[in-house]
Amino acid sequence: MATLTAVRPAFGGFSFDNCKRNAVLEIEASKVGCSVPSARKTGTTICGVVFKDGVVLGADTRATEGMIVADKNCSKIHYISPNIYCCGAGTAADTEMTTQLISSNLELHSLSTGRLPRVATANRMLKQMLFRYQGYIGAALVLGGVDCNGPHLYSIYPHGSTDKLPYVTMGSGSLAAMAVFEDRYKPDMEEDAAKQLVRDAIAAGIFNDLGSGSNIDLCVITKNKVNYIRPHDEANKKGVRVTELEALQLTGDYKYKQGTTGVLTKAVTPIDLELLEESVQTMDTS
Amino acid sequence: IVPVAGFSPQGAYGVQDSLRSGFTSVKNELLPSHPLELSEKNFQLNQDKMNFSTLRNIQGLHAPLKLQMEYRAARQVIQRLPFLQSSNLALDTLRNSDESIGFEDVLNDPAHSEVMGEPHMMVEYKLGLL
Repeated sequence: MATLTAVRPAFGGFSFDNCKRNAVLEIEASKVGCSVPSARKTGTTICGVVFKDGVVLGADTRATEGMIVADKNCSKIHYISPNIYCCGAGTAADTEMTTQLISSNLELHSLSTGRLPRVATANRMLKQMLFRYQGYIGAALVLGGVDCNGPHLYSIYPHGSTDKLPYVTMGSGSLAAMAVFEDRYKPDMEEDAAKQLVRDAIAAGIFNDLGSGSNIDLCVITKNKVNYIRPHDEANKKGVRVTELEALQLTGDYKYKQGTTGVLTKAVTPIDLELLEESVQTMDTS
Repeated sequence: IVPVAGFSPQGAYGVQDSLRSGFTSVKNELLPSHPLELSEKNFQLNQDKMNFSTLRNIQGLHAPLKLQMEYRAARQVIQRLPFLQSSNLALDTLRNSDESIGFEDVLNDPAHSEVMGEPHMMVEYKLGLL
């Protein structure tokens, strides 16, 4: 009776009812020796660069769960609006839900104003939401797009601080990618040079950081066009396994080709055999 | 352990209402179970306070007073009885939250909750008869 007549909260959102129980469970589990399941992170390399006509965003495609690769080809470049895309590092669910929420809000906002949404609006919405939750939402984002004021690129940290820069990197492989950017970035690059630079930065993250791997995805945003290239470069292609069914293929065939062994001399001797007797024996196949 | 203000029991005279909210425990009352619990509980309230004080500074005292009267009308008059879920459309329009979506619309929607309060008790509690 007590719980039924209590004045229930009229609002939804996060419920902290189980926090104390979870804390107790964690302590008990560690006493026994097991551990509570951990959230799936994206242990990532994401980066973005502003070039002459727009923005190039790049990301790797590995999702990790502790020390195990959970997803070999996940998509880390999320859609926010037709002219704005966002790469996400950190907890995979947090980046996914955050970008979807902001995408919905931005759509409603742009319907209300009747204009194409601006990157600064998306940035402001994201940072206000992340600050409200004091970093408990583990989403580190690279937000890029082209609006009426030109191309813009922002990096947003889980606690809510943002930076507006010409080139940014985030994630566990951000140091490797930033090294490539610091070496070769030039203002006002051409599109192909920018794509190559981003590809090299992500490749540096993939090959030098354990948390990043698999393929490289690119997203090129210009004033009127978005080019979502997935995958742009399969830097880590899985080898082809040969089974008995494919033994006919040359790769799995253990027979040597004709002519592998050089022939020195060849002598052919025909043997004539005389037919002496021929008899037929029927077989009983009943 | 430093007790957090605003977390004391919400019954009359500041004492826990055992009939309605169940048994108490000292630790439950002193500390919130999560650092965000308090700020999330009061988030809407704090946002409103901030907006009203900005409005007062810009337009003068009359503006927040008139708006608060409209809020009261939308909350007390237009809403349904306590055990029924109301859409809060008027309140949302006043607050300009009808054009935004947040976690409160996605998670833990009260319209989809599995338990319902007992209608008679809840109405009596709201009217102060109990």
